[in-house]
Amino acid sequence: MNPLNAIVFSLVAVGVLVLVALLGAGVADLQYFFGVVVPYAAAAVFFIGVVYRVVYWARSPVPFRIPTTCGQQKSLPWIKHDALENPVTKGQAVMRMVLEVLLFRSLFRNTRLEFRRGPKIDYASAKWLWLGAIVFHYAFLVVFIRHLRFFTEPIPGFIHLIENVDGFLEVGVPRLFLSGVVLLAALTYLFLRRVTVPQLSYISLPADYFPLFLIFGIGLTGILMRYFIKVDVVAAKELTLGLATFHPTVPEGIGSIFYLHLFLVSVLFAYFPFSKLVHMAGVFLSPTRNLPNNSRIQRHINPWNYPVKVHTYEEYEEEFREKMIEAGLPVEKKE
Amino acid sequence: MAKVPKPDELAQIEHRPPESPWTETPVEFRPGTYCYGAKPQNIEPVDMPNPRDWNPADEDWKLPENWKQTVLDGMKLRLNRFRSFKLFMDICVRCGACADKCHYFIGSGDPKNMPVLRAELMRSVYRNDFSTFGKMLKKYAGARELTEDVIKEWFYYYFQCTECRRCSVFCPYGIDTAEITIIGRELLNEIGCQIDWIAGAVANCYRTGNHLGIQPHAFRDMIEFFVDEIEEVTGVRVEPTFNRKGAEILFITPSGDVFADPGTYTLMGYMMLFHEIGLDYTWSTYASEGGNFGLFTSHEMMKRLNAKMYAEAKRLGVKWILGGECGHMWRVINQYMDTMNGPADFLEVPKSPITGTVFENARSTKMTHIVEFTADLIRHGKLNLDPSRNDNKIVTFHDSCNPARAMGILEEPRYILRNVCNHFYEMPENTIRERTFCCGAGTGLNTDEYMEMRMRGGLPRANAVKYVHDKFGVNMLANICAIDRAVFPPLMDYWVPGVDVTGIHELVANALIMKGEKKRTTDLRYEPLPGMEEEEEEEEDV
Ligand code: SF4
Ligand code: SF4
Repeated sequence: MNPLNAIVFSLVAVGVLVLVALLGAGVADLQYFFGVVVPYAAAAVFFIGVVYRVVYWARSPVPFRIPTTCGQQKSLPWIKHDALENPVTKGQAVMRMVLEVLLFRSLFRNTRLEFRRGPKIDYASAKWLWLGAIVFHYAFLVVFIRHLRFFTEPIPGFIHLIENVDGFLEVGVPRLFLSGVVLLAALTYLFLRRVTVPQLSYISLPADYFPLFLIFGIGLTGILMRYFIKVDVVAAKELTLGLATFHPTVPEGIGSIFYLHLFLVSVLFAYFPFSKLVHMAGVFLSPTRNLPNNSRIQRHINPWNYPVKVHTYEEYEEEFREKMIEAGLPVEKKE
Repeated sequence: MAKVPKPDELAQIEHRPPESPWTETPVEFRPGTYCYGAKPQNIEPVDMPNPRDWNPADEDWKLPENWKQTVLDGMKLRLNRFRSFKLFMDICVRCGACADKCHYFIGSGDPKNMPVLRAELMRSVYRNDFSTFGKMLKKYAGARELTEDVIKEWFYYYFQCTECRRCSVFCPYGIDTAEITIIGRELLNEIGCQIDWIAGAVANCYRTGNHLGIQPHAFRDMIEFFVDEIEEVTGVRVEPTFNRKGAEILFITPSGDVFADPGTYTLMGYMMLFHEIGLDYTWSTYASEGGNFGLFTSHEMMKRLNAKMYAEAKRLGVKWILGGECGHMWRVINQYMDTMNGPADFLEVPKSPITGTVFENARSTKMTHIVEFTADLIRHGKLNLDPSRNDNKIVTFHDSCNPARAMGILEEPRYILRNVCNHFYEMPENTIRERTFCCGAGTGLNTDEYMEMRMRGGLPRANAVKYVHDKFGVNMLANICAIDRAVFPPLMDYWVPGVDVTGIHELVANALIMKGEKKRTTDLRYEPLPGMEEEEEEEEDV
């Protein structure tokens, strides 16, 4: 698809969602539907979907040990083994995964091709993608944890802690949370990167832009709601806590921007298991990263290993026996 | 055969994608950039489907009538068999981190050679036929129908991937495009779309035991020829044995080394080393190929060809197997052999008869890599080495993709190199070890009709060699892979003239002071040893 079409399609899709929420909750007064039915449905789709997806992957076996080795193998005792990049035990493989998941280690390796006439080829350091990605994910995580205050009563201490760190600038009323702003900035970077790097816009699908726009919409409505278009926070929490405790109530007068925010979040949750966003669960299953490279040390079993037709030595000797005898090569059957 | 453009013409590479979206950009079979289709006589002997005469450049590929169903059924089967395949169809976020990591993309600028897009060629079909969203939203979900044009695209780009795994090093989820290419080639094989070079090698390996189709008596003769050569250079007569029952060790190496320079010097190196340490080993004419061209065909074919190693070890009653310098051979041994054809419980854990070292890392597979074996010998001071005999060689080391990224043999060859030569320089960091660049002709793409693409794919590697050539005067590219030894000489001639190619054990043999050797004046290539230039001339005058 041509890049512009992909962007427009995704924008329109998010636009339609916004309209649906505004019309539905704001105009048609379907607060119960948007405040209770949709969130519950979305949560259900999310949990069932993710489980389904993981089970779907896990149903296919890993017949061979195929870790990508990025460091020295374990061989002779005096050669330094790179346990993190070429694990041989489960524990070492777990460490490799931890670094991968928490620090995006592979992405940290990223370089950028610099191709000049000559030809002269260089691989420049390119940490921006790593930075953009890690900032985005951690900002999202902080925002997510902060939001748990809406689903808990009393609010656990760690949420206060995160809020204090997040709001350490102590500016504005209500206090400015950095994570929200950073999240939008990282999203903007990821979007700009996608449209300005020609190769990247060439491969991009609506499925790449849609989540960007959707999350941007979520972030934006969140920020608007917190700092600009005030909503009744107490009533909002009554609703969310009701959801969390399975006693849904829909208080009056929260403000339609809240329903819009909630609706977009619901869509994100429901969309998650069916999209590339499942990489969050998938990364844990990746056989090139989560397996120890120990297939010479320990035999691994392929559950569907089946016998194959081979060319046996007997058949081979049968064909070449005379020539073998003539050449003085030993044979099994001397005719 | 297509003429390869001059290096400076070829180097005019645009890395900008074209205007038309990739789904609407048909592939063009330009001579020099694709391999010939498999001939019937090469796929019939191994019972592969749809044998026929065909040419990828033709409009009509003579696909079997039910080709589409065959491919879709094949995909379904493999989705259920390989978690890697299933997962990699789902979790790519198209971040593009892998895009400029592929040597074929760097050398061709063709966006479909970006690993992510190579995989999308398959994913688009997966979405269309195996995902609900894709079925609903069609092209808006990035789905497209499987058509003959898609098959042509697969063929073109899955035989423009050397399954080198460089992309997978950089992918945040470890997505290994090689896994997708491997499956892609399997599917193509199901409808008879194999390339001839691989098909021929497979058929030969199956019947004669090696990819060159060398029959047993000829195999013996060829090796005997090198026995004479060794005697000529060193005055020592080595005595290889063949198919000998009761030998302690079965030695298997790629047959390319028996056949063509400069691999032959490495072969001579093995025999000199084994003779010097008095190793009780045998060659096999039946298992006379280390390389496994089945890996480039299908998992099943890989298993069929690999079976010979254990079968022969069992028949001969050896204790363990020693394997020579080869790339993909070792990927198969490390990742597949024991699982496919094990358990090798009739063998013993490899133990060096010279040093007593037990190779614990091969406890189950029972097969040791020769650089592990030799590094251990050197470490224990068992070899009498004179590295200055290699002083005229300024050496750099190319990590072959498979030993580097499918195994992790990085230090052993370097340790050996530092002990057998005095001038060893590394190429830039981003081009060695796990980040090494492919030779541009792995996975059976080392055929002559593909020369332009080989030169393109080999460019990043050659460019790094050029860097050390200009900076340190490097004139020798060492490696531990038979395909490297076969394909680097033309690549070097093209991009970096003045650089020769060698296996590690050729350098070992040059440096090895053998018991009872005559005064050596030349290396194995009959080039004068450093300081012996004059004596050589004198000899020639006589
Ligand atoms: S690096 Fe991995 S996730 Fe990113 S585009 Fe490539 S294959 Fe997809
Ligand atoms: S495996 Fe190697 S050749 Fe294939 S796409 Fe990845 S980097 Fe390119």
